[in-house]
Parts: sequence; C-alpha cells; structure tokens
Amino acid sequence: MGRTVVEKILARASGRASVSAGDVVEPRVDLAMSHENAALVLNQFHAVFLGTDLEPKIWDPSRIAIIFDHRVPAESPKTASNQKKVREFVAKHGITRFHDVRGDEGGICHQILPENGYVRPGAVVVGTDSHTTSHGALNAFAFGIGATEMASVWSLGVALNIEVPQTIKVVVDGKFAPEVGPKDLILHLVGLLTAEGANYRVIEFHGETIRDMPTSGRLTLCNMSVEAGATSGIVPGDAETLRYLREEARVTDDVIEMVLPDADAVYERVVEIDAAKLAPQIACPHTVDNVKPVDAVVGTRVHQVVIGSCTNGRLDDIEVAARILKGRRVAKGTRMLVFPASGRIFQEAIERGYVSELMKAGAVVMNSGCGPCLGVHEGALGDGETALSTTNRNFKGRMGNPTSDVYLCSPAVAAASALTGVITDPRVGV
Amino acid sequence: MATVFFKTGDDISTDVIYPGRYMATVLPTETPQFAFADNAEVNGKLKAKQVAPGSVIVAGKNFGCGSSREQACSCLKGYELTIVAKGFARIFLQNSINLGLNLITAPDIEANEGDELEITGDKVVNKTTGKTFATIPLPAARQAIIDAGGLIAYTRKRVVENAARA
Ligand code: SF4
Repeated sequence: MGRTVVEKILARASGRASVSAGDVVEPRVDLAMSHENAALVLNQFHAVFLGTDLEPKIWDPSRIAIIFDHRVPAESPKTASNQKKVREFVAKHGITRFHDVRGDEGGICHQILPENGYVRPGAVVVGTDSHTTSHGALNAFAFGIGATEMASVWSLGVALNIEVPQTIKVVVDGKFAPEVGPKDLILHLVGLLTAEGANYRVIEFHGETIRDMPTSGRLTLCNMSVEAGATSGIVPGDAETLRYLREEARVTDDVIEMVLPDADAVYERVVEIDAAKLAPQIACPHTVDNVKPVDAVVGTRVHQVVIGSCTNGRLDDIEVAARILKGRRVAKGTRMLVFPASGRIFQEAIERGYVSELMKAGAVVMNSGCGPCLGVHEGALGDGETALSTTNRNFKGRMGNPTSDVYLCSPAVAAASALTGVITDPRVGV
Repeated sequence: MATVFFKTGDDISTDVIYPGRYMATVLPTETPQFAFADNAEVNGKLKAKQVAPGSVIVAGKNFGCGSSREQACSCLKGYELTIVAKGFARIFLQNSINLGLNLITAPDIEANEGDELEITGDKVVNKTTGKTFATIPLPAARQAIIDAGGLIAYTRKRVVENAARA
C-alpha cells in the first residue's frame, strides 16, 4: 500500500519499516522550537525531575531552538524577567540555536527556522506554537505542541503517543491572476474546509501552482493550514525546496533527500482548486473560515492596516506593499504598520529601498517580531476600530481589543486599502 | 452530578479563553485569574469562587482552537472545571490531557446554563431535560498519560527508567 509524506517521515523517525494513518508511534524529534514560552517549558522541565535524584538534563541541546519574538523588545518587566530566565537557562544548558532580541539574527520563529537552515526535508519538528505547521513548506512534518509536552521532548527526545494522521490531498492548478497569490489561496481553502475541517489531519499540497510557487508562498500555505485545524501542512520536496535550502538557507550538507508520497498513497480525500479562478479573499470577523471574495466587503472603513507576521512578513510581501505604495500616501485617518518577519528580511528591504518607499508613503516600519499580531505588544486597536491585516488570526480580541474587528487579507489588498482607507480590490487600481 | 455554569458556541479560540495580553503570566498557579478575562461575567464568577469545582462549561465544535498556549488549559484546570464539547481542537485536547483538565467529547450535546449533568464512562445524561448523549472515548495511547497522573509524572517515570538502563 502506498504511503503519504507524513507516513514516510513518521515511519523513519520511529524506526519502523512502515506506518499508516491511525498507528500510534513515538518519533524521535529532530528539532524542538520554543519562543518566550520557553519560560513555562523550563518550569515544567524542572518539574519532571522533581523528586528524582537526577540532574535536569536536555537530551540534545543542539536540537533545541529558542527564538524571542512574541514580545520584543520586552513590553513589561514580567516579560523581560521571563526572557532573562530563559537566557540563563540557554547558557547553562549550552543551547546554541538561540535567537535573542537582535537586529542581525533575530525575528519571528517561523522565519528564523527556515532562513537559518534549521529545518530539513524529512525532519520531525515540534514547536510550542500552533503555526509550527509552517515548516512543512520545507518537506518536514512540523506541528505545534504545548509547553508541558515540550518539557517531555526536552527530557526524552521523542514525541509521545503520536497518532499517525490521515492526509487530505489538495491539488492546485492554474496561474494566479494579477494581484492574487498564496494568501488568497489559503484563505479560500480554510473557508472551504472550515476551521475544524482538517482537525487531526495533514494537508499535503500538490499541483502545478505549488510547483511554481517560491518557498515564501509555501510557508504562507503551511502556516495557515492550522486555521483549518490541520496538524501540519506539507509540501513534497522538489527543485524549489533544494534551491531555497542551498541559496537562501545556505545549507551545505552533501545530500539533501526529499520525501515524496507514493503514487498510490492513500488519502482521506482530495480537494482540487483552480488558482486561475481565485479573486482576492478576505477572512471576516471573528473566525478565519468566514472567508469571502474581496467584492463582498469592498468599502469597509479601515483604521489600521498591518503587513507582517509569520504569514506575510517576508521580502516578497514587503515588495508588493512597496510597489503599490510607491510615490503615494496612506489615507488620512488610517494607520499603516509594517513589521518584517526577520532582521535579515528587514535589512534586505532597506537595501532594496522598500523601507524608504513605505515610510515616505506614511507607513510605520516596526522592528521584526510578532508585533501587533497577537495584541500584547504594540499597535493595539481602539474600541470599535477595524484592522485589515496580513496576519493569520481574527478571533475576537486577537489584536488586543475584544471590541475591535479584524479582517485578514493578502499584502496586495492591505496595501491598496491603506491608500484609500477602505477595503479595496487591488486589481481595480487605486 | 455537575451544574452547567456557562454555555458557549462553536470555534471558541484560546484567545477568548486566555487573552494574549496575559501570556507573560505562565505559571499554572497564576493563570486562573485570567480565565475568560474579556468576559466580565464568567471571569467574575470564577474569581469570586461562585463556581463549584467540577462545574461544567458546555461548548460547541472546535473548542480551544488557535494558539497552542497552555495557559488556556491551566487557567480552567485551576478551577477544576469540566468541559463538555461537541469537539476539541487538537493541541488544546492534548494540553488538557497533559495537565489533567477533564474534557468530554459529546458530539450531540445539548444543555443550557443551570442544567444538571451526570457524566459517566460513555455518556452524559442531562438530568434537567432527560436526554442522554453518547461520548467519544480518548484514544488508548492518551489514556496512559491520564492514568500516570499527567504528562509530567508520565515523563518522570520514563526518565528514571532510561537512567536506570543507561
Ligand atoms: S507572528 Fe503572530 S501568528 Fe506568527 S508566531 Fe508571532 S504571534 Fe504567532
């Protein structure tokens, strides 16, 4: 019987000849990522060793990555003290893949991992963040776990009791229309599957649209797969995966082996999408699956436009915004915030002149990190205000104010709307 | 017998259960004060200790979707609540098992605030309406963690075994 990508990765990681959906396995972990919530992980990690006469010991410090991104630079003494505690832990345990608050190597965890070559095809990656699904873009099986489960991984080096997930095959063919792209595709898919439609399942992406898509766009797709409930999104490795790893992530391994599904792999179901027919998509308040074509909400007043996050804070996203805003002005009464996903991206955006174009247009360009995405750090909304954002969640209160509305969209829709102050179709020209 | 003290709908996210603003608070002993922090009524009742341990939240599909923040489980665990829902999001379910928060999946559950429920091995009986609802048991692999008293105890056992073998 043929196997899906996740079945092959989990078989190898758990030392079995083969596994299939429904089997329970204990895969070894190749990479274990945490952000500020490492403060909770280390608390639980120490608890594991309580009452034993063993010294708390991480199974393999070289396989742990810790990235500060959620509240950087720290917004409160409490966060700063948590970060301090984690720094001390990192030094004590010899954790090398640590990304502190820095302009050269800092940024959002889901950008730092790929751009530093920490994620390889076939790897099992766990992260104490639900958007760990992102790393399936590099042909890994990557999924989110809680802090206590991470403490267990730190102690044992395996993920316990993992049920091999069923796979939904999504086949995307056709060329995107101008100003339509990966974000519109994934919003459309989440709307189609619903917020729980892929619960306990993996989404495997196929088709010519995916083959032609740069890793940046694939990261967007896998990132938001969790918004349909998926354990992970996965792209079968190909020439683009190799190009990204060699050219952008600067991986120098002699051999990089891709994991491909068998031709007769068994899928729970197959969903086909014609990318050419897609219009720009918008997720309306307050659920990510409340998705409509932009037409349905054109003209909605927007107080704050946000471009950034692990979903759409990469160089090509910022480039789209700079192209649309170049030589023009953000509408009066609308604030525009841009936060590049990593220090590296920020610097490239400066070198290419994008940051200058955006600032001349009136945008505020903020330091790399999660920023306004989760509503704790900066860019809060006033009572009753509306945000239009390229981030991935619009739950009530997500951006910090439960009386505000958040609409989700692509960088093109966000930039076009910043110019007018209302939700605008970027295809129409502004 | 357990009383339903709060009923809520589908797709209740961890942003609603434990708003991101309070994420810098991590210790399970400190998180309960922020449970449903943006819902003054529910948060107020909990903090005023007006809700008896074992009381029930009834929810729709996909309860606990969104962020993996474990505070969303530890804050409810702090009040020893039971959640009966039509379904749970994956990470929330796993976190709850790990921390020992009692979750019951009953795909057809119907209950209102104030109803009395009797929860047994494989069903929930709504004593107020007289209706019975089937529940879906946890996968056996997860039951092992619960039986060990949560994931920390389960992992501790494994760590000690590994050390003895080494
Ligand atoms: S940018 Fe937003 S979604 Fe991404 S990791 Fe940060 S808080 Fe989470």
